[in-house]
Amino acid sequence: MTAINYSEKIPNNVNLSEDRTLQRALEHWQPNYLNWWQDMGPDGSQNFDVFLRTAVSVDPQGWAQFGHVKMPDYRWGIFLNPAEQDRKIHFGDHKGEAAWQDVPGEHRANLRRIIVTQGDTEPASVEQQRHLGLTCPSQYDLRNLFQVNVEEGRHLWAMVYLLHKYFGRDGREEAEALLERRSGNDDNPRILQAFNEKTPDWLSFFMFTYFTDRDGKFQLCALAESSFDPLARTTKFMLTEEAHHMFVGESGVSRVIQRTVDMMNQLKTDDVNKLRAAGVIDLPTLQRYVNFHFSVTIDLFGADQSSNAATFYSSGLKGRYEEGKRNDDHVLKGQTYKVLEVVNGQLVEKEVPMLNALNEVLRDDYIKDSIGGVERWNRVIEKAGIPFKLSVPHKAFHRNIGALAGVKVSPDGRVVSEAEWNAKVNDWLPSGEDRAYVASLMGRVVEPGKFANWIAPPVMGINRQPVDFEYVRFN
Amino acid sequence: MNATVELIQQHLIDPEICIRCNTCEATCPVGAITHDSRNYVVKADVCNLCMACVPPCPTGSIDNWRSMPKAKAYSVEEQLLWDELPAPLSEEALNAAGAAAGEAVAAAAASSASAASVSASAGQGPGFQSGSWGATVPPWSAAHPYTNLHGPKSPVTATVVGNVQVNEAGTENETHHIVLDLGTMPFPVLEGQSIGIIPPGVDAQGKPHHARQYSIASPRNGERPGYNNLSLTVKRVKEDHQGQPVLGVCSNYLCDLNTGDKVQVIGPFGASFLMPNHPRSNIVMICTGTGSAPMRAMTEWRRRLRQSGKFEGGRLMLFFGARTQQELPYFGPLQKLPHDFIDIHFAFSRTPGAPKRYVQDLMRERAADLAELLQDPNTCFYVCGLKSMEEGVVLALHDIAQGAGLSWDTVGATLKREGRLHLETY
Repeated sequence: MTAINYSEKIPNNVNLSEDRTLQRALEHWQPNYLNWWQDMGPDGSQNFDVFLRTAVSVDPQGWAQFGHVKMPDYRWGIFLNPAEQDRKIHFGDHKGEAAWQDVPGEHRANLRRIIVTQGDTEPASVEQQRHLGLTCPSQYDLRNLFQVNVEEGRHLWAMVYLLHKYFGRDGREEAEALLERRSGNDDNPRILQAFNEKTPDWLSFFMFTYFTDRDGKFQLCALAESSFDPLARTTKFMLTEEAHHMFVGESGVSRVIQRTVDMMNQLKTDDVNKLRAAGVIDLPTLQRYVNFHFSVTIDLFGADQSSNAATFYSSGLKGRYEEGKRNDDHVLKGQTYKVLEVVNGQLVEKEVPMLNALNEVLRDDYIKDSIGGVERWNRVIEKAGIPFKLSVPHKAFHRNIGALAGVKVSPDGRVVSEAEWNAKVNDWLPSGEDRAYVASLMGRVVEPGKFANWIAPPVMGINRQPVDFEYVRFN
Repeated sequence: MNATVELIQQHLIDPEICIRCNTCEATCPVGAITHDSRNYVVKADVCNLCMACVPPCPTGSIDNWRSMPKAKAYSVEEQLLWDELPAPLSEEALNAAGAAAGEAVAAAAASSASAASVSASAGQGPGFQSGSWGATVPPWSAAHPYTNLHGPKSPVTATVVGNVQVNEAGTENETHHIVLDLGTMPFPVLEGQSIGIIPPGVDAQGKPHHARQYSIASPRNGERPGYNNLSLTVKRVKEDHQGQPVLGVCSNYLCDLNTGDKVQVIGPFGASFLMPNHPRSNIVMICTGTGSAPMRAMTEWRRRLRQSGKFEGGRLMLFFGARTQQELPYFGPLQKLPHDFIDIHFAFSRTPGAPKRYVQDLMRERAADLAELLQDPNTCFYVCGLKSMEEGVVLALHDIAQGAGLSWDTVGATLKREGRLHLETY
């Protein structure tokens, strides 16, 4: 086997070239990773030159280097945000103590579980998206898809680094297992259910990057507060990349809306059939996609009452979103939080110990954040002079985890009967017909500067390049 | 020419494009970025233009700049209320504020390049910001240029004395060579300078059209030597960057002109993209499409000097890109230049059946010559054409320098400091 030239091939700021243990672990893992990428990475794209952003260091100068690269040659690096000197634990029972530079024995199993669960989502989304390149609406979008894919790949590396460096043999085994599970595989599925769903079309992809990658952002934000300093620093750096994924989702959906409202104004109609005949995605269908992706994603935050969440917080493994910016005691003992439950056919709020409700706290922060983007989508509709508003559904709608699992609730938050649910579910969630229609629009457009009929061009290109720049060279 | 009011380049975030990801605020080393529940905004008095926030921004919304009188910079409170960016101040408004017209025009023309020049003036640009390597001073042997002799309030009337297509008829990017006679009005120009043309009529808002800038394609002593005339290279614009059909207001006006028609002209503009005039100075020219105009001007001036027999020129190298040979302006005349006078390389990116070639590919093929020229203090580099070529070209220079065992940081900084690498892209 040829040795890896560490500083060249694997840009890093973890002193990889002098860390023999880590090198040995990676020497074994890296070829398996590349095999996984060949098998499960973007379909049929191995020879393309793609205009990608590569991080070569963590300072502003180094972390966004643009240029055309072949994806298998992408330099997946390992980066931690610069260390904060004498960082102290700032929440939970260990508050005020020095942050951990190594894994404390008593938290080892929980930390490993947190890292593996986070790490598992990264290759999973690459697998979910691997066929999308075949139906891209433009070169620009194809490039964005690939950028998201290589960065998910790098996030896997980031988690594997922690496993290799701090968890010894079981860490190495977990790192291997991350390459063995497969999204949607019955025998060896990915850990979280949302990551076993299909991403069948580009509208789903944009919704996924907007809603589901935002779950990633909130999980990473919570982990960036961790007392385990290497985890906090790793996830902080991942967040800068995660921002791009959310941009792809938010601007993608926004451009779909732009195209639809332009067509509505051109044809002077809001008739769904006429709009579908014109080949654009009508606003009610977009609303149903929002309902689906929002509800599936908020399940990812876990049960509304969870003793694990309390343990993770009190032991300092995982904080709240923007923990450092909050003004409370950061211990939360004796405090309460309201969660929803159904009593006598009504949704009612119930006060529970806040420590047990931390999943719900994070979910509510997430909801606040995701509403912001939906409001920006509404501005596009409003600007076109069309009286229609998109909204996120009630948080009890279409839930499969926690106290609300299986309860039938309408998007506006009414508990409904099984019969009403069945009668209206096709108004609330994408029907088979909706999905078939959206699928029928998916065709490959790759001429520079050209866009599929169902989506508007972006307002600007990547890294100040023009929109018709050759973002992907097919060779 | 002295500005009585201090102009700043104010850094703004486009609220229509920003997704509120907080990356800029987290990145900013001086705490100049803040937000409320609506907008992310930049504090003009805190921002030191270090550009650290620009590459991390996933949307590009961060990269907006406005020339503003310092005293009237948009406050944080104002910016927080925006739904969209305000239009740039018009030249008149800046003039009214007492700023020199030249600075205003330069700032307006620079648009996205302004960010680069801002970063350049702030020292090292972030990452590989090709634009930050462009010089803002001319080479030492440049002739002194006249600028801003005629502003938008007092344009000069020029007469069209020639208008011919200079690429093959029927190609997509129809390009014209237009000769304007300035009569008796003083309008001295140098190669590399540009002029403004004011198209007749009014825009969609009912206001008179603002001037459009064109690089001069003729040498200092005129398209026809000894006469007060100059030429322009104009591409007929039929679609915008997205490929949507849009008729360029000024380019169509110009391409449709007949001999004898009158045109309103302002300028001249530009005081740094100027050629060296000392004996044995070398010129490396890299251009695409109508970016060839200043290259034609410089080449023609050197050709006339050579003919006079009184000037010992250095090497001239031209890397010229277009989609096809048929689209390339001045293809015929260029072929006629002697090989010992100029070393010409064409790159065609859309020739059917042939692999795509870009100017930077050709530069890399000539790495040995370019490496030598990069080390010669008598060499100046000029890049003019579409924005998208700039990064590839400067990266090629970077790689060629590094490949020759030179440090680009040193070579590039020297070129910039000595006014020997000029970028003019749009």
